[in-house]
This record gives sequence, structure tokens and C-alpha cells, in this order.
Amino acid sequence: MESVFGLVGKDFAIVVADSSAVHSILVHKTNEDKIMLLDSHKIMGASGETGDRAQFTEYIQKNVALYQFRNGIPLTTAATANFTRGELATALRKNPYQVNIILAGYDKETGPSLYYIDYIASLHKLEKAAFGYGSYFALSMMDRHYHRDMTVEEAIELVDKCIVEIRSRLVVAPPNFVIKIVDKEGAREYAWRQSIKDGSVLEA
Amino acid sequence: MSIFEYNGSALVAMVGKNCFAIASDRRLGVQLQTVATDFQRIFKIHGKLFIGLSGLASDAQTLYQRLVFRHKLYELREERDMKPETFASLVSAILYEKRFGPYFIQPVIAGLGDEDKPFICTMDSIGAKELAKDFVVAGTASESLYGACESMFKPDMEAEELFETISQALLSSVDRDCLSGWGGHVYLVTPTEVTERILKGRMD
Repeated sequence: MESVFGLVGKDFAIVVADSSAVHSILVHKTNEDKIMLLDSHKIMGASGETGDRAQFTEYIQKNVALYQFRNGIPLTTAATANFTRGELATALRKNPYQVNIILAGYDKETGPSLYYIDYIASLHKLEKAAFGYGSYFALSMMDRHYHRDMTVEEAIELVDKCIVEIRSRLVVAPPNFVIKIVDKEGAREYAWRQSIKDGSVLEA
Repeated sequence: MSIFEYNGSALVAMVGKNCFAIASDRRLGVQLQTVATDFQRIFKIHGKLFIGLSGLASDAQTLYQRLVFRHKLYELREERDMKPETFASLVSAILYEKRFGPYFIQPVIAGLGDEDKPFICTMDSIGAKELAKDFVVAGTASESLYGACESMFKPDMEAEELFETISQALLSSVDRDCLSGWGGHVYLVTPTEVTERILKGRMD
């Protein structure tokens, strides 16, 4: 089961996701990127049904770009979160998307923010959030160690603590994770945490 | 578990002497897991009309957006605020529209009507109105709330005493319900002012 979690620090927000692409008992790949860059200052980590995840996040990404083309200014994080919730809510009673989303963004006026949007379109603005079986470990670690205005170093230390818990305590633990950060410089990949590298198993 | 109990909620509204109070818990959960402890369940429609929405959080957000939209249109056309009785009929009609695919919501409506006479009502998920002269309750803690309100309520309480009564009734009821709690949110409305207070209860 896929883990996605995120937290807000001082002038930045971080989203972490596991990177296994799994079908039943088979691991297709261990370097799947589940955190999509929506625009220069927004990232969206998603977990859930593989096809829905890929299609829905791309749909949101293209609509965010379209807004910017039409209106000349980018959407705020709050507006993006509400748009995403609206799309999930409209589809809910027709053809539901089974995707859980953690949306993080940096706005010049309001600073960093994080939104929790679950697959039945409940939206809430939070400082720390997590989805999946990993959430039982990540949320507890964050409840213990998180405080307001953490520096990047402190936040990454906390993220690593969460990853260690997930790896050691979850029976089908994902081996690899990707960490992305968004701050006033923009949204970018921060690091990978890999305990299995693709293609490293057998070398003839 | 029923879909009405997915997120957990507790709502109560009480009538006093020329005033009313409406209170809710603050927990947002996903079944056994608590996601947030600052979730807003009571919304202002206009200065003298509040609606609390218990049940599925996603439908509460969707329904709130639809109701604000309808009220804003009404205000533009009629050039006045909606009376609480009218608003209750509107909510009832909107819920019954979805008779065979309902919103999983139980609303609690509280307002000051003509001559600032307090009005409260609740309805089920398909819009069956339940008017009351004393108190109305909704949510996963509703059974405890009925008991607490029945024993603590007195007619014609002044604002401060009403606040005390509704707060005690809410906190003691949510303490017996694992799906609601994490504090309380109380709005006390008199003809001249609206007071919003946060209660600290058992944080579990």
C-alpha cells in the first residue's frame, strides 16, 4: 500500500512519497515518481489506484497551466486545492477517482501551505498529513517531533525518522522514497532515499 | 461502519431567551484515524443564520458551497437575507432532490427570525424537517447528546448560561463517543452580537 506524507516548515513545504509501482504481488519498478510538479511553486503527491493517480494528477497539472495561459497569473495553492476537490467531488458519484492527494505550494503573499484531499473529496488545510499504511507511523512520528517553523535540516531529519519507521515496522514496506520540496525558489526534487536500486540485483 | 460515521461528528443547537447557541466538535477522522483537530463544521450563512453539517465531510463541503451559492443569489434578487424558516425549506428541498442518491449529511440549522425570535431545526439526509422549541442534535454522538441536553436544558436561559449549558452538554457527550471530540466550537448568537468560542475538552 502506498505511503505519501508531507509537512510545512518555515517558508517551505515538503512532500514525500514511496516509489514502488506494485500490481498484486509483483513490484514492477521501484523508482516511480508519484509527486507531480503542478507548476513552478506547487507539488502534488498522490497515492491510490495507479491509472487514476497518473491520469488525475496530469489532468490537474494541465488545468493549472491552462489557467495561467488564460489569465496571465498563476493559481494560488488554495485555489488549486479547491479546484482539485471540486473535480474529485463531481466525479465521486459518477466515476470516482481512487486517488488520495497531498498538495503543497508556496505563495508569495501567504507563504507555504499543505492541503489534505482524500479520495472522497474531503479537503483540509493542515501542517502535517499522511496517507496509506505508512501514515500510522509517519503521523505518530510527526506528532512527536514536529513543531512550527522547522528548518529544512530539521524537517529532513524528521522525514528520515518517518521513513525509518515505515521501513522497519510495515510488513510490505516500500524500499525507496522520493522527497520533493517547495519554497520561494520554486518546486524541485530534493532527494531520493533508496535501499534498492533498479537493475542492481543480478549482474551476469 | 456506516458512511455517516466515516468522518465522525457531533452537533447541537439550543434556544435561549432571544438568543441561540450552536456547537460542534472539532475532529476530522477517517474511521479510526484522526486526521485533523480543527475541522470546521458550523458555517455562517448570514449574520443571524448558521448551519452545522454533520456526516460525511466531503458532502458537507459540497453542500455548504451549494447553499452559499443559493443564498447569495437570493440576496441579489430579494435584496435581503433569507429567513431561517425559508432557509430550512431550501435545505430540505436540496436534500430531497437527491432522494435516490443522497448527500450523507444531517444538517442543524439555527437562526434568528422575525423580531429576532430564535429558530432551530434539524433534518435527516433526505430533508425531513424536525422543528424543535428547545434543542436539536446530530452526528455520531447524537444519542449521548439527546440525554445530556434533555437533562441540562432549561427554557429561557440567558446568553451566558446558555453557553455554559451547551458547552457542558457537548463535551460530556463527545467524551463517550470515540469518533467525535478534540475540543468544541461554540457560536452564541444574540440580536446584537455573535460570539465564537473554542472549548478545550479531553483531547482524545
